Amino acid sequence: MYRLGAVLFLFCAAGFAQNLGRPATEAEIKAKDLTILPTGAGLPVGKGDAARGKSVYKEKCAVCHNDNAEGRTGQYPALAGGVGTLKSDKPLKTVGSYWPYATTLIDYVRRAMPYDNPRTLPVDDVYAVSAFVLFKSGLIAENFELNEKSILQVKMPNRDGFVPDARPDVKPKP
Amino acid sequence: MKAPKQNRRRFLALGAGLAGLSACKKTVPSEIGAGVRAYGERSPLEKAARDVRESITPGTSSTRTPLQDLDGIITPSSLHFERHHAGVPSIDSAKHEILLHGLVERPMVFTMDDLRRFPSVSRIYFIECSGNGGGELAGNPQPDPQKAAGLLSCSEWTGVPLSTLLKTAGLKPEAKWVIAEGADACLMARSIPIEKALDDILVAYGQNGEPVRPEQGYPVRLVVPGWEGNINVKWLHRLHVVDQPGMTRDETAHYTDLMPDGKAQIFTFVMEAKSIITRPAGGQKLAHGPGVYEVTGVAWSGKGKIQRVEVTADNGETWTDAELQSPVLPKAVTRFRMPWQWTGKAAVLQSRCTDETGYVQPTMEALNSVRGYKSTYHCNGIKTWHVKEDGSVTHV
Repeated sequence: MYRLGAVLFLFCAAGFAQNLGRPATEAEIKAKDLTILPTGAGLPVGKGDAARGKSVYKEKCAVCHNDNAEGRTGQYPALAGGVGTLKSDKPLKTVGSYWPYATTLIDYVRRAMPYDNPRTLPVDDVYAVSAFVLFKSGLIAENFELNEKSILQVKMPNRDGFVPDARPDVKPKP
Repeated sequence: MKAPKQNRRRFLALGAGLAGLSACKKTVPSEIGAGVRAYGERSPLEKAARDVRESITPGTSSTRTPLQDLDGIITPSSLHFERHHAGVPSIDSAKHEILLHGLVERPMVFTMDDLRRFPSVSRIYFIECSGNGGGELAGNPQPDPQKAAGLLSCSEWTGVPLSTLLKTAGLKPEAKWVIAEGADACLMARSIPIEKALDDILVAYGQNGEPVRPEQGYPVRLVVPGWEGNINVKWLHRLHVVDQPGMTRDETAHYTDLMPDGKAQIFTFVMEAKSIITRPAGGQKLAHGPGVYEVTGVAWSGKGKIQRVEVTADNGETWTDAELQSPVLPKAVTRFRMPWQWTGKAAVLQSRCTDETGYVQPTMEALNSVRGYKSTYHCNGIKTWHVKEDGSVTHV
C-alpha cells in the first residue's frame, strides 16, 4: 500500500510535467467562473431595482412563476410569500421565506434563468429582476438599488433557519 | 446493400422464433437462429422499464428503476434512475474539458483523453436520490418497489480519484470546499467538503464497462460514494476549490430537510442504511398458492457495508436473518434472500437492515415522529407489504 501510494504521489507530482492536463489561462477561468459566494465574492458589477425589474419579470418570468411571483400550483415554484409558514402543516418554501442568502438568488438567476433560455439576461436585468423578487417578499423597497454591495445588506428572514446535519437522529422504533 | 437483407433475415428469424414461443409448441427451435449483431438488445419478450414521471417540464423530471424486475446488485445502465434539473445535454466528449481552479497552485484543464491517462479505478457504488421515498415520508405509501424506492441504482463506475486531480493541481492550505458544476443548461452546482473530495470520490467516465450514459452524465460525472444523488454532479465541467460552501440553490432551497420546528438541516450528505423487499412485493401475486417462496430484496448504506438484513412476515413480531449474497461491498447495493413458507393466510412482510456502524433502519413511524412529514428527503424507513389470502400483495 505504501509503495503504491508513493508511486501514485510521484505520478501526481509529475502529472503536470507529463502533459496530463494543461495550465488554465486567466481568460478562460474568468469566462467560465460563475461562482458567487455568500460573502459577495464573485458578484458581477451591476445594479437594478424592483420598479425596473417588474418589466423584466413580466417579460421573462411571469409565464412560469405567475404575475406576482406566486408560482403555479404543482409545478412552477412560488418565489415570494410563505414567510412564517415553515413550522406549519403547509410550509411554503420561497426565496423570501426559505432561502438563507440573497447572493444565491443572483447566482441562480444568472446561471440558470430563464429556464428555457439561461444566461441571456444582462447583468443589470439579473439585479433588477432579483430586486423584484425580494420586493415581492417584502424584503426591500421598490426603489432599493440592488447591486454587488447593497445585496449584502438584504436581511433574509430565514438566514438563521438552518442547522447542521443532526443525523443519526432517529431510533429504530418511536 | 447487404445490410438490409441481413436485417430482414434477422427480423424474419426473430419473428419465427417468437411465433414458436407464443405457440409453445417447441422449446428448442429447429430453425437456424438470428445472426450476430454489433450491439446487443434484450429479448423482445422482456419489458422491464423505468417508470417515467409525467411533467410539463420534462427536463426537470425523473424516472425510477424497476427494482422488482432486477436480480443481483447491478442496475443495467439503461434502467438506471434519472433525475435532471434542465434535461440531458448533448455533449461532444472530444471537446469536453474540466476546469479545475481556485485555491490551487496550478489551475488546470483536463480533456477526456487526459482523464483516461491517469491511473483509474473501478468500484461498485449505489447512487440514490435523496428524494427517494419522498411520498412514503409524506404519509403516502407507494404501491410497488419501483415507485416506493426506485430512485436507487447501483453500477460499476470507472474513473480517476478526485484526489488525484486535486493533488495534481496542488491544493493551497486554505482549500476547504470544492464546488462541482455540471454542463447542463442550469449549470447545476454543489459544494463538497475537502475531506470527502480527498477521500473516495471518483471523476467517473465509465459505467458498467461502457462510457457513462448521457442520462448519467456523459462524458464524465462525479461519483460521491454513499452521499445523496444530487451531489454526484453529472456532465462535470468545472471544479472550483474555495474556502467555504457556495450555498448554491440546490444546497439551500432544495436538498435541505425541513423539520417540524421550522428549522432545516443543511448539508445532509450521507444516505443512511435502507432496505426493501422487491419480491414478493406490492403489485405482485403469490400465484402458486400456499408453499415455499423466496423473499428477496436489496439493502444499502452510505456509511459502509450492510452487516445484517432481517425479515418478518408477521408485522415485526418475529424476525429472521436473511442470507446476504456475496459480494457485500461498502456503499453498494447488497442482495438478500430468504426462503419463506406461506401458509395461505394474510401476512405482513418487512425487511430491516443494519450496517457495519451498527445503525439500524428505522420504522416509518420512528422517522415521522422525529422529522415530521415535510422533510422531503432521506426517507429510509421500513417498507411494508401486505400479503392477502388470495396471494395478492399490496402496499396497504
